[in-house]
Amino acid sequence: MEERRPILHMKDIHKHFPGVKALSGVQFRLFPGEVHALMGENGAGKSTLIKVLTGVYSIDQGYVEMEQKRIAIQSPQDAQEAGISTVYQEVNLCPNLSVAENIFIGREPRRFGRILWKEVNRAAASLLEERMNLSIDVTLPLHAYPIAIQQLVAIARALNISAKVLILDEPTSSLDRGEVRQLFDVMNKLKGEGLAILFVTHFLDQVYEISDRITILRGGEFVGEYAASALPRIELVSKMIGKELKLLEELPKQQADANEAAGELLLEAKSLGRKGSIEPFDLSIRKGEIVGFAGLLGSGRTEAARLLFGADRPDQGSLRMGEAGAVHTPRQAIDQGIAFCSEDRKGEGIIDDLTIRENIVLALQASQGWFRSISKKRQSEIAEQFIEALNINPPNPDQLIKNLSGGNQQKVLLARWLLTDPKLLILDEPTRGIDIGAKAEIQKLVMSLSEKGMSVLFISSELEEVLRVSDRIAVLRDRRKVKEMSGDDMSEQQVMKAIAGGGEG
Amino acid sequence: MLKRQHMPIFVTVALFAFIFIAGSFRYTGFFSAQVLLNLFIDNAFLLIVAIGMTFVIVSGGIDLSVGSVIALTTMISATLLQDGWSPAAVIPLVLILGSAFGAGMGAIIHYFKIQPFIVTLAGMFLARGLCYVISTNTITIDNAFYTSMAQTKLTLPGGSFVSISVLIALLVFGAAFYMAHYTRFGRNTYALGGNEQSAVLMGLPVARTKIGVYMFSGFCSALAGVVFTFYMLSGYGLHAIGMELDAIAAVVIGGTLLTGGFGYVAGTLFGVLIQGVIQTIISFEGTLSSWWTRIVIGLLLFLFIVLQKLFSGRQLLQKHRA
Repeated sequence: MEERRPILHMKDIHKHFPGVKALSGVQFRLFPGEVHALMGENGAGKSTLIKVLTGVYSIDQGYVEMEQKRIAIQSPQDAQEAGISTVYQEVNLCPNLSVAENIFIGREPRRFGRILWKEVNRAAASLLEERMNLSIDVTLPLHAYPIAIQQLVAIARALNISAKVLILDEPTSSLDRGEVRQLFDVMNKLKGEGLAILFVTHFLDQVYEISDRITILRGGEFVGEYAASALPRIELVSKMIGKELKLLEELPKQQADANEAAGELLLEAKSLGRKGSIEPFDLSIRKGEIVGFAGLLGSGRTEAARLLFGADRPDQGSLRMGEAGAVHTPRQAIDQGIAFCSEDRKGEGIIDDLTIRENIVLALQASQGWFRSISKKRQSEIAEQFIEALNINPPNPDQLIKNLSGGNQQKVLLARWLLTDPKLLILDEPTRGIDIGAKAEIQKLVMSLSEKGMSVLFISSELEEVLRVSDRIAVLRDRRKVKEMSGDDMSEQQVMKAIAGGGEG
Repeated sequence: MLKRQHMPIFVTVALFAFIFIAGSFRYTGFFSAQVLLNLFIDNAFLLIVAIGMTFVIVSGGIDLSVGSVIALTTMISATLLQDGWSPAAVIPLVLILGSAFGAGMGAIIHYFKIQPFIVTLAGMFLARGLCYVISTNTITIDNAFYTSMAQTKLTLPGGSFVSISVLIALLVFGAAFYMAHYTRFGRNTYALGGNEQSAVLMGLPVARTKIGVYMFSGFCSALAGVVFTFYMLSGYGLHAIGMELDAIAAVVIGGTLLTGGFGYVAGTLFGVLIQGVIQTIISFEGTLSSWWTRIVIGLLLFLFIVLQKLFSGRQLLQKHRA
């Protein structure tokens, strides 16, 4: 492999931000015809490295070579012209334009300045057909298609700009299994055609499934470059977090025996359902119990949780919370001690331009009413207490929350709801997009909360995590609750079977 | 084939047809080619300015300065003509000034990242204020070229006629339609309105497009100002007050999304015609105050914005399901 020459070589890259060394002395090599995974925890410098490579940030020191020639990348256009194209997690195309146009905009075939639409549509269709194995109506607007297709369209666009290097930044985060499969097929095909692919993901399984080599970053520094086949999983993880992986392994498997029937009934839903969102289901949650929702993306997990919180109005069924009675609106839910941590951290949870302190006290302040303000001193005390308890980094209550990493933002959100001392905490994908260390911390926290008597509804796409944390698991498939299991029944296989559906496959 | 994205424009066209036919049944003499053509004659300047506005709104912005730029154009034209300038110099000059004014606002919006609303609001006050610097009174125009432009009637087969202004407006319409759908500038405008961040990352010339859009709107305003001068034969600082709102109303009724990224120049044509036909009906009715136009336009605007909300709401829902 070493006699081949890298198509892309980044040497000794440094990048500083005010007060932070984002990258120091990082190197990265990419060979034609390989899938190369870039790994690292949040804050390791992955995104910075990619932004440097795509011209969003400028380099402070060091340089980039493309096919043995030094290149200067000062803007996304420069990167494109050098043959480096990027497809981001949230697809950066224009949803209002047609599929064909998204592929060709800026480079439409023209005659005397007139765009030849027939040509555009024909070329787009054949490009998707030949390189992506995708035959769709290219004249429909992009937003008519699911994210997975949009991503393939984005890749098609990238390829069409004579890309030699393709960067896929977290492309699989919002795809379901089948869609990931489809993407990997395309990646393998392109790899075979000699394209160099840089792949960034949080999913270890996927790294091992698709990549040839792995480069690891940690704290803005280069850790190493390895062949995927020669790097055992556990070693990868310990290199990423820089310590032996004790935290994860020490997490005790939940003891199902102790609080089996102990807790009193806290919440009870009877044939609760909403048309087009989730079919009627029953669910009860006891005091101090952790109930997990397992299921694929789009299986109705979030929809069910929203019904329980009163965020959506059910068409039928009833929902009771303890003695207090029915829950119809989020307001009532909060009054009765239900807290809901949304999966859409950015959109529905944190408020970017407020500080950690302000974000934490928000829910408490709201529940007290806006006229009984919490003194700033009290706010700071609260904030500092949670920063310490949850190990929030940076430990500065006046830091703006948008400057925090995903994991720390999640902890602030948790703090916000914990402060209101809820009886039931609904966590929708609390660990999505955050690194392994922070994941383990959050899981541990959830378990200790339940020991103290708080009930938790834990929703996650990561089966392993749901299994580890929950006392009882409800499995959802196709917007239906298909199975509930607890104790010894709970095993990865059983849950998988339930998710996949009986007999089908 | 009727695609769903064409729905808003069909609603607009159908509404126009409905009002026109309803008017024809109710009033004798309403159903004639000339009544239809008068809609164009009386609204030529509005059509021109609304076409510029369409581009701005499709790009995700807004231009509040257009009415003031029209007034300023009439003022500059009138004083220069009074000083003995030739129309051949005056008209190109005001067109250049209008474009430069628009480009300037576009540059400020883009490079300083300020909301278009604020920048063009400032532009609106600035242009209106400049009118009064020139004169606080009406300046009448007696230039032979301008009066002939005002009075020339181009007779069509069948005996009906249009003014030169209509020809200019239709030329602008044709050019804008072509520009929106068959040039890179036009498509980049849609891309910009769809998702500016993406447009940057897709390597599209965002700065050029954005400044170009406001420049085009400035040009259209100045051209509408010229046509308005033909129509009024005077320059006055109070001309075209509130016309920016008429233009925005026409664009929205024409089915263009105020949030940008979606809309048709053809829709704007019908948006203007709907405003015109309502005015015509009210004048045929005779007993109603002309302010009823505003009331009806207000209601229509409200209706169309609710329709848009439903329309884009469904799109969003679709995205979530995806």
